[in-house]
Formats: sequence, C-alpha cells, structure tokens
Amino acid sequence: MSTLGLVWHQFRYDQKTFWRQPESVFFTVALPLIFLFLFVSIFGNEPVRIGAGTEVKGSTYYVPGIVTLAIVSATVLNLAISLTFARERGLLKRVRSTPLPPWVFLAGRIGTASGVTLLLVTAVVGLGRLVYGVTVPTTTLPALVLAVLVGTASGCALGFALSSIIPSEGAAPAITNAVILPLYFFSGVFIPNDDIPAPMQRIGDVFPVKHVFEALLTAFDPSTTGSGIAGADLAVVAAWGVAGALVAVRRFRWAPRKR
Amino acid sequence: MPEPVIEVRGLRKSYGDLEAVRGVDLEVGPGEIVAVLGPNGAGKTTVVEILEGYRERTAGEVSVLGMDPAQATQAWRSRIGVVLQECMIEPLLTVEEAVTLYAGYYPAPRGVEATVELVGLTGQRAQRAGKLSGGQQRRLDVALALVGDPELLFLDEPTTGFDPAARRAAWGLIGSLRALGKTVLLTTHYMDEAQALADRVVIVQAGRVVAEGAPGELGGADRFRSRISFGVPADDLPPALAARVSRTGDRLELSTSAPVPDLAELCGWALGAGVDLADLRVTRPSLEDVYLELTSTSGDTG
Repeated sequence: MSTLGLVWHQFRYDQKTFWRQPESVFFTVALPLIFLFLFVSIFGNEPVRIGAGTEVKGSTYYVPGIVTLAIVSATVLNLAISLTFARERGLLKRVRSTPLPPWVFLAGRIGTASGVTLLLVTAVVGLGRLVYGVTVPTTTLPALVLAVLVGTASGCALGFALSSIIPSEGAAPAITNAVILPLYFFSGVFIPNDDIPAPMQRIGDVFPVKHVFEALLTAFDPSTTGSGIAGADLAVVAAWGVAGALVAVRRFRWAPRKR
Repeated sequence: MPEPVIEVRGLRKSYGDLEAVRGVDLEVGPGEIVAVLGPNGAGKTTVVEILEGYRERTAGEVSVLGMDPAQATQAWRSRIGVVLQECMIEPLLTVEEAVTLYAGYYPAPRGVEATVELVGLTGQRAQRAGKLSGGQQRRLDVALALVGDPELLFLDEPTTGFDPAARRAAWGLIGSLRALGKTVLLTTHYMDEAQALADRVVIVQAGRVVAEGAPGELGGADRFRSRISFGVPADDLPPALAARVSRTGDRLELSTSAPVPDLAELCGWALGAGVDLADLRVTRPSLEDVYLELTSTSGDTG
C-alpha cells in the first residue's frame, strides 16, 4: 500500500469506529445540534450587545457559539478521551508492534477528528441559515473558514496534549469536561460576555475557546467591515495549538501509563 | 547450523534499584517453539518486551532476526508478530474488519479469510470484537499477529485466565503454528502449557535462567528418577529390592533411574512368589515437579 493509501486505510477504519460509538456520536455530534436548537429557540430574538454600541440578533450570536462548541467537542474532547482510552487499553501499544508508521496512525485520528469537525460545522452553519436565517456575509466567508481551520488544528493538538497528561481512561471524561465546560461559560459561548462578571471574562481571555468564538462571531457579525479576519484572536488560538503540540510531542506515550 | 532467530547474551534490566533481569542467555532457532516459564514477577514479560522492541535494556547483547530490537525498523516489525498480555482489540470493529485493518499494515499479508479460519473464528467473522468471549478475543489477538505472515511470533501468556476448554483450544491453535513453520517464543506460568507446546523450556526465576531443556529432560538425570510404588505385599521383598524401598503408610516406593530392569525384577519376584502388587504405579517426575523444585530452591531475591 502506498503511504497515502495507508493513511486512507487507517482513516476509513477510524471513521467506522467513531460512528459506531454511541457516546461519541451523542456528545460530539448530537449535543451541539441540540444546543443550537435550544439556545436559538430560547434567546434567538433577543438582541445581544457585543462590544460598545453594537447589537446582533440572538440567533446570529448563538450560531458561532455553537460552531465553537462543535469544534471543541469534536477535537479536544473527542481526542483527549479516545486517545487515553486507546492508550490505557493497549490499543496503541499493539499498533506500535506493527510496521505501520506511527505518524500514519496519528494522521488517521487527526483526520477523523477534523472530518467530523468540518461536517458538524457545516451542519450547524447550514441549519443556522436554513432554520434561523443566520447568514454569513460573502465578504467574511474566508474569515469564517480560516477561523474554523485554525480552531480545528489547535483543538487536535490540545486533544493530544490533554490525553498525554491524563493518567487513566476512567479519569479522561471527568478531567476533559472539568477543563472545558467552565470555559464555555467564561468565553461567551453559552452566556453573552456582557452578562459575565469581569473576573470570569479575564479568565476566558487567557484560554483559546473565547478567541475561537470571537473570531467566528466577527465573521458572522453583519456590521463587520473588511475581511473580518480576527488576527489577534487567531494568533492566540494558534499559540495554544503550538503549545499543545509541544506538550504532546514530549509526553505522548504508546504504552499504558498504569502498571 | 542455521542462524538463530533470537540470540540473547547477558541481558540485564534494572528499574532504579530493582534488577528485574539479571543476566539472561537465550537462543531460539528457526522453527522452534520455546516457552519461557516462570512465576509471576520472574522477569518473563520484561525479557519478551525487550525482544519485541518495547523496552530498552540496561546491558547485554540482543539480536532478533539479525537485528537489535532497540533499533527496530518497519521492515523488521513486518517480520514479527506480537500477542501482548493485556491488550484490547478495537471493540467496535468486527473480526473481519479488525483483521483487514491489520492486514493493510503489512507488505505481504496472509489472506484475511484464511487467517480468520486458521484461528477458528469463521463463524464469528461478522461479530464485533467487543462481543467475543475471552478465548475468542485471544484467538483474534493471534489472528492480528499472524495476518502479516511473520517469521517470528511472540505470545505473552496466551492462555492466562482461560477455562480449561478454552486453553485446550488455544493449545491446538498454537500447535498449528508449528505446521506453518513459525518460530514461536511464548511465556507462561503454566507447567502443563509449556510441556504441551514447547520444544524447549527455559525456566526463569528472579530474573535468571535456572534451567533449560526439552520438557522431558529438564533438570538432569538426578531430578529425573522414576518412582515405582505399590501397596505393601503379603510377602517380604527379596533382599536386593527390600534394601532400596522406602515405606510411606501402606505403600512402598522405589526411586530408580532404570525403571525397566527394576520392574522386571520386581514383577518376576511377584509372579514367582504368587504375590499381588496392589495398585502398582510407575511415575516419572512431571515438569511441574521439576519446576516447583527449581523455583523453590534457587535464586530467591532475598
């Protein structure tokens, strides 16, 4: 098999595994769609203040919020939990005994997470448009795509990093959710930033979730002028991605951590 | 003489102050099935994982298929098959999918269908790995290790935790690897397993090899004496025999390195004297006896 063929081979089977896992399909795929429906149904018509003097419709605010949720759950949450599980149960160790180049295996996992992310983002943006009439201005469409790509890449790196510091598969869902859930609240994903106390906003500022969201919101905001590429936000997200990749490279293990 | 498949000289492995392996020598020739036998914690898995390229050694020389496993290449990995001790198979893939996935990793794999059949899972090929019984999962483990058509197979405690029927079935499978001409290194802590499967047994205790040989020859002639035992007869034994027997309860026992002439003498006397030898038995020491003796007397870690 050619190397590219091998990557495809691995990707296909990873896809099978992903879609057969009821938990991953529910938490990664169904939950963002449910949240989209809930948030937009409840807050869709209320105006949301974003920054000084600018307001957008609730639905326009929540679609990028749910896109952020989709990216984070399909990359960070999904990879941190599934890689920890695969490592602790010896799946990674077994693969390591075969001639499969390690990077091909990792590429399959990254490809699967990225593929699921893009599918999900497309679904959320598509539903937002069809059901709630939330449109992306054509001028900022490239900015939206760029924000999704940077967010996905960094999310994959952070998923690997997180799994490399989680000690056991039992602890994986708890640790991952404990890290991520509060960040949704601190980052304006669930509750508009204006309604969040300032100290919590400052915490949100430090982490990448808020910056993915801000970059997406900029692209969705009808009052945005120019390309809508939020350079500063994307730089923070990318920096987290690089840091995550460095941690992952240093700490990633194929063998179970528990003895 | 053909090149050995595995050659180990003076292998040592320390974890901090703990010396898990303290100078192991081992040689395995092509087509041989060798069992490394020892109690839990003897260092079996450490040795095997060094040979598989998973662990680095502290000292010693190791050559597996002409290569140092610490410098394993993809080409080398395609020539070995590994069945690890505790290692889950992707539970959501079917038997056939899992074997096909692994077949794709190798340059010249065996047929998927033939491999599934070899391990006796044809009836379960559409079943998900997570739904298989323990014994069936182990068979799938073997299938995944075999599908690349390796020359050398490592089996780390292939039947631990099995019920007797599943163990018998697994033994049949491992025995069939001999017909394929594979070289096999297996670890076990079951004496009967080593005896049933291996051409040669290496007994490891506290990180050292304490004995090595064909299952029937282990321990040397001294340990290898047969016992002739029978109920105390109605008449006195002839003096030559009487001097050599010992009595335990209502049985007499004769320890001998030459059971045939001794039996002939004993039976000749019994027939001549018209005496019955109740419950006459001749037993050779089992590998288990040898093993228990070796692992209880030598090399306690202290």
